[in-house]
Amino acid sequence: MSTAAATLTGMPTYRLREYHAFDSAGSRFLYLVPSGAIFALDPLGIEILNRVGEHSLTRKELVETLLAEGYELRHIQAALQELEHSEVLQHGDETVEPPKVPELTFPLQRIVLNVTNQCNLACGYCYEYSADKISKTDGKPKYMDQQVAESAIELLIRESAQRPKIHVTFFGGETLLNFPLLRYSVEYARKRSAEGGKQVDFSLTTNATLLNEEVVDFLSSNRVGVTVSIDGDRELNDRMRVFQDGRGTYEVMLPKIKLLLERHHTNSIGARVTLSAGVSHVRRIYEHLTGEVGFDAVGFSPATANPDRLYHIGPAKMNSILGGFEELAWEYRDYAVAGRQHGFTNASDTLKELHSGISKAYSCGAGLGLLGVGTAGDINLCHRFVDSPVGKMGHVNDGIDHAARQTFLETHHLGARYDCHTCWARPVCAGGCYHEAFIHYGDTSAANLHYCDWIRGWNDLCLRIYGEISVRNPAFLNRFSEN
Amino acid sequence: MNSMKPINRKARKIEEAVIAVTGDVQALQKRGGEGKVYYPMGCTLNFTPGWEVDVSGGTAGLCQPVERDLFDCYLGCGWPAQVPDHLNNAPDWTDKCASAANDWRKVDIVFP
Repeated sequence: MSTAAATLTGMPTYRLREYHAFDSAGSRFLYLVPSGAIFALDPLGIEILNRVGEHSLTRKELVETLLAEGYELRHIQAALQELEHSEVLQHGDETVEPPKVPELTFPLQRIVLNVTNQCNLACGYCYEYSADKISKTDGKPKYMDQQVAESAIELLIRESAQRPKIHVTFFGGETLLNFPLLRYSVEYARKRSAEGGKQVDFSLTTNATLLNEEVVDFLSSNRVGVTVSIDGDRELNDRMRVFQDGRGTYEVMLPKIKLLLERHHTNSIGARVTLSAGVSHVRRIYEHLTGEVGFDAVGFSPATANPDRLYHIGPAKMNSILGGFEELAWEYRDYAVAGRQHGFTNASDTLKELHSGISKAYSCGAGLGLLGVGTAGDINLCHRFVDSPVGKMGHVNDGIDHAARQTFLETHHLGARYDCHTCWARPVCAGGCYHEAFIHYGDTSAANLHYCDWIRGWNDLCLRIYGEISVRNPAFLNRFSEN
Repeated sequence: MNSMKPINRKARKIEEAVIAVTGDVQALQKRGGEGKVYYPMGCTLNFTPGWEVDVSGGTAGLCQPVERDLFDCYLGCGWPAQVPDHLNNAPDWTDKCASAANDWRKVDIVFP
């Protein structure tokens, strides 16, 4: 009986709601949308979904079919009740509540201080200096001063409301070109947070060329998490990551990274690889950075670029990158089943999100719990938009422009990203990076449609790996519950 | 849940919510096994109305279904007993009943 016919005769029928089914380790799993819950199904559950998937069925029809297959009535009734209440099956017509835009008072959790807009390198794909640059730094100071940093930290403490933990991230340009301010800011933030009864954490991103013993010891004693931008071995790294005179940076970086890894053990130190058209050798890069350089954690991200740029990664290359990701992700699976930690952070980050069952209304925390601050104290959406006319949200001296922030939150909510409304991966993706969308489509609120297949492929892979770990070494998943 | 096994944290939350709506009270249903007398499991004292058993060792033959309705279930365990609202509207409905085992006939009748 069709749905329309059932409605006319007044008998509600069963229909499937939104989920992504996947098989792993001999079991059938469901990833529910939009809740982000993951369930394993027993044979009766599988049979019910298969039947309802073929036709819309009334309860009577469905129960009779299952009874004829030998299932007991009480089991059928219990299974239907579970599937309905978990929102896997829908019985009759139900309205779905659209997600709501959060309250105006969403507390701040993290600020990113762009302590300088200067850099000692000239990487080909840099979004701050390349052809896709959007920041307008004319007339802005090259280095942030203490007054701006203090005001920004005060703003963070004030706007974080009841949050017990806050974070300060240092970014650039090259962050360590303004190490004196970084040091001052850490001490100031520690003092003020202690007075306000909050705990503060720090992290920074650096190209590593300016690390020395003094800097490393400071970072270590203050438990500052460090992300090092590096693209692999000498040949691959030096294709894009070069000094302003064109010399490669690998040789300068390597001894400094080793110094960092040797002396800093109080917080995580990760390598961040930017993939581009000529640098897409995922496995080779991973093995070099973990095996020869000594990183425990390596994450990859494609360069954000307009499709016209030579270093832009085309669809074919993107597929080969996903192939490389897949290879490392299965290796991650093998390690996890054996109870060992693997350093491929793209996999661990996604698995952690899947484990918690995240269901995002926004693709990231920018404008929500996170804001970026430029050298002059201008507040913006995130570090990528700092000093750009797009995403401006006030000044550290005047406070957050709450009206601009609220307008942003309303126009960038998942509910307003119509392209995403039928996609099963939206609980983890929610449309993707605003900066990527702006570079690609000239609109921060556009969904990153050029990545959709890739995102679904990656999340399907991670779900299968998650399912397999849950069968073969479920205790490993507890590691994702920490923090 | 039987047909669906929760795997991640969100699924466990959903399971809790589903059980809260569809689940049943297990403690009153568990049998003692073959050859054993069935005493309902609970947290009250033997002489508090609520846990008497009939001649067969069950609660089905009691003259009235008091096992859900009096003091310890309601006050101690927050059981959704069918008793007057002791906190707001009828705070003294058991004042004449000092000892439930002896005075249970003296509890007031409360009209909503």
